[in-house]
Amino acid sequence: MTTVKEREKIQQQFQERMNEDELLNCMRCGFCLPTCPTYIESGFQESHSPRGRIALMKAVVDGLIEPDEDVERSLNMCLGCRACEPVCPSGVRYGHLLEEARDIIAQNKKHPLFVRIIRKMVFNGLFPHQNRMRMLTALLGFYQRSGLQSLVRRLGILNILPKHLATMEKVLPNVPTWKEMNDRPQHLAPEGTKKRRVAFFTGCLMDTMFMETNDATMKLLQLAGCEIVIPPGQTCCGALHGHSGEKNDAKELAKRNIEAFEQLNVDYIITNAGGCGAFLIEYDHLLKDDPHWAERAKAFTAKIKDISAILVEMEFHKKGLSLPEQIVTYQDSCHLRNVMKTAHEPRLLLQSIEGVEFREMKDADRCCGSAGIYNIVQPDMSMQILDYKMEQVKKTKATTIVTANPGCLLQMKLGIEREGLSEHVRAVHIVDFLLEAVKASQQQTNNQIQKKTG
Amino acid sequence: MISNEIKQKLIQIVGPENYDDSKAGRLAYSYDATPQFQSLPDAVIAPRNTKEVSEIVKICNEYRIPIVPRGSGTNLCAGTCPIEGGIVLIFKHMNKILEIDEENLTVTVQPGVITLDLIQAVEEKGLFYPPDPSSMKISTIGGNINENSGGLRGLKYGVTRDYVMGLEVVLANGDIIRTGGKLAKDVAGYDLTRLFVGSEGTLGIITEATLKLIPMPETKKTMLALYEDLEAAARSVSAIIANKIIPATLEFLDQPTLEVVEAYAQIGLPTDVKAVLLIEQDGPKEVVERDMKKMEQICREQQAISVQVARSEEEANALRTARRSALSALARLKPTTILEDATVPRSEIAKMVKAINEIAQKYNVKICTFGHAGDGNLHPTCPTDARDRDELERVEKAFEEIFAKAIELGGTITGEHGVGVMKAPYLEWKLGAEGIAAMKAIKQALDPNNIMNPGKVFAKSTRKRVVVTR
Ligand SMILES: Cc1cc2nc3c(=O)[nH]c(=O)nc-3n(C[C@H](O)[C@H](O)[C@H](O)COP(=O)(O)OP(=O)(O)OC[C@H]3O[C@@H](n4cnc5c(N)ncnc54)[C@H](O)[C@@H]3O)c2cc1C
Ligand code: SF4
Ligand code: SF4
Repeated sequence: MTTVKEREKIQQQFQERMNEDELLNCMRCGFCLPTCPTYIESGFQESHSPRGRIALMKAVVDGLIEPDEDVERSLNMCLGCRACEPVCPSGVRYGHLLEEARDIIAQNKKHPLFVRIIRKMVFNGLFPHQNRMRMLTALLGFYQRSGLQSLVRRLGILNILPKHLATMEKVLPNVPTWKEMNDRPQHLAPEGTKKRRVAFFTGCLMDTMFMETNDATMKLLQLAGCEIVIPPGQTCCGALHGHSGEKNDAKELAKRNIEAFEQLNVDYIITNAGGCGAFLIEYDHLLKDDPHWAERAKAFTAKIKDISAILVEMEFHKKGLSLPEQIVTYQDSCHLRNVMKTAHEPRLLLQSIEGVEFREMKDADRCCGSAGIYNIVQPDMSMQILDYKMEQVKKTKATTIVTANPGCLLQMKLGIEREGLSEHVRAVHIVDFLLEAVKASQQQTNNQIQKKTG
Repeated sequence: MISNEIKQKLIQIVGPENYDDSKAGRLAYSYDATPQFQSLPDAVIAPRNTKEVSEIVKICNEYRIPIVPRGSGTNLCAGTCPIEGGIVLIFKHMNKILEIDEENLTVTVQPGVITLDLIQAVEEKGLFYPPDPSSMKISTIGGNINENSGGLRGLKYGVTRDYVMGLEVVLANGDIIRTGGKLAKDVAGYDLTRLFVGSEGTLGIITEATLKLIPMPETKKTMLALYEDLEAAARSVSAIIANKIIPATLEFLDQPTLEVVEAYAQIGLPTDVKAVLLIEQDGPKEVVERDMKKMEQICREQQAISVQVARSEEEANALRTARRSALSALARLKPTTILEDATVPRSEIAKMVKAINEIAQKYNVKICTFGHAGDGNLHPTCPTDARDRDELERVEKAFEEIFAKAIELGGTITGEHGVGVMKAPYLEWKLGAEGIAAMKAIKQALDPNNIMNPGKVFAKSTRKRVVVTR
């Protein structure tokens, strides 16, 4: 609930801060409607469409309506997947409008006390501090390894949680130990001749909970002939903050990251999480009004590249990898596709593996409903979207679902679990899958050599 | 305003989940794709079937509540802007394809079906539904029928009107009538089907439609002719028609349009030429080959600097999709995009293109032109800023002159976008006072209380205005 006073302030800030030209740029043609997951899943409600949301934002600016609960609900229901952007002929940057609107609302609304405490803890106390992320992950590791997890599951303690959260607990990856997390490389030499010098953006979740995937990423980069620098000064990308209306925090994190990377003299800064990459690649927008940082941010964003894109550039798809026969499908990471414009490369890589029968699922480019913390704060819509997604997955008969972002990966695992498919279907990050192919191919060559020599 | 008593009655019909009078809900249906028009309805109602529509209409008729039927709100004449309040009726539940009749070659649909979904569904059965407005990805059949929409394939195959065989309509008094049917011939009484086509929701609510299908053409070819001279491109259009060739598609895009479309589509469109024609022919292979050759020759005779044939269906489709995005892509130039729909006989197209350019220069406004040149239907479009009153006045004057020129050349003020509120003040130019009177008599007979989409088609005032609404 917002009070009258809060609403007035929100409205005033909408008028001051929203980019009116961008709002006017929407000519209301509706071309974006068929791609919006919330428009579709809400049973075609205009207020849950991009055109409707832009109209609502504009109406608040114009003073036609107040920013009441319904307006807020419409904005909260948005996944932020930005599928509406590449299809917009007018080039409306919806994501920027949404971010600004959410920031205004979040900053001027008094959340209930417990929400405030949790937000403070997560946004300021946890994500910007890699050591604390490690600590938390270590605790999770302790929970998983000590037998506590199986005890908790046996006692059914998690039944007090909403069903999708309880399932979520099941799909969390087996996390690394405290020692493993603290023993991270800062520089790695290429295997073979050096063709590129790159920096690796590790990400906070990726370097803790999904550390194996980070290791696989670095391994692939080495194999592709990249020298890798991993600057220890880097921090969380700030996406979570930016998308949740904590823009100032996001800016601070951005500056720390720019500082950490700008002196490294590398060709690219590589990411392996679509969500992080898309946020990093828009640091120039985030800091555009800061004269001290705008140029530096531009130089930084020009170097951001997703792992799939560099692997294709290094012709990794011509390596002749192979895997045991399997049907594979690919779920786009929305931000990788819609913001980083990387959609073709992951598919090319997958299709290049011998033994892989790649089957495109219908609407692979539609959001899976994970969307940062969306699946926690909007569980109903999220699960409805996921159910549609799993239907499409099932139609492909794929046994492997490949994704390119940790959130999507967890959501896919959640979907598999919900559908009771965990016996025959798995979800993997693309780099883990590629490394698997590398290893399988090496094994095969070794066997052949052994056969020949033996 | 809708009193609580009436609200309860309406909720009883459709259920509370299908009645929305929240501010946000109403705002989301306060506009369509027409710039500068916005007005809140009192409620938004989503009926689930024809019976519910009829019951709602009865209540509205009794209490004189305006009804604005709405498809996807992509019309460009403020046709679904609820300028007199009342209820907006949406067809999100009534969006089923009811039957594809492969023996009679018809398809029967509810009004909320998306045009492209229909086209794809019939194509799966080897059948063809030609009307393809550029908005087909989101426009509804109900909207298409009520605007009598045309598209890229209109030149050879006609417009929506040519495919509507039968309708189910709820009249303003709540009566449900059926017009026409699957019959190839039918002269029993007045042709009410045609009356409702293009009626812009002012005569009744369409709740079902039976549409004509034709067999899928065997082959199709696509090419792009490039010009250094706008009028040469326009002359080619007339020359092609005069040579007795009816291509499936004959579209015109000028340079500024090409630039913005390329910025969006990124398919390598030429942006350094003054104009292009997008030309397509379909049908039996020999005919297509022959016509394409002939048209290429005509284009070259008219000083086309190059003619490029699409090498694959993907490439051809990319060109069509790019053309369809023209209007929305132009919107990226300036905050406000004002477009017109002037249509002239095909033989006059070069004169019209010339006039548009001269008028743009005279009033010092930027006008980009694209359109269904083969139909004589051009969309001169002006990127401007509604906040710049001075420029807007000049845009206004320029468009007024464009209208006058179109009519002078034997044309009309709107070829396919409809009258709505936008063109209402101009209707008399085209029809004359007697023409308006005849139409008003029909309206009066079918909707005596003026509840069906009031304020559309017929202007309240005779004040001329094109774009300035305040
Ligand atoms: C980018 C763009 C490109 C376009 N290109 C073309 C084009 O190439 N050719 C063309 O002809 N038009 C074009 N249009 C205009 C518009 O898309 C068409 O008029 C389309 O048919 C409108 O469909 P809709 O579902 O959006 O209808 P709406 O805009 O919602 O409604 C249109 C009219 O139909 C009435 N209506 C809707 N449903 C019913 C019903 N069930 N019963 C009674 N009345 C009803 C409404 O009251 C209104 O008067 C374009 C528009 C845009 C934005
Ligand atoms: S596609 Fe772009 S211009 Fe069209 S309605 Fe959506 S956001 Fe607006
Ligand atoms: S970001 Fe995604 S959910 Fe939000 S309006 Fe755009 S398409 Fe819809």
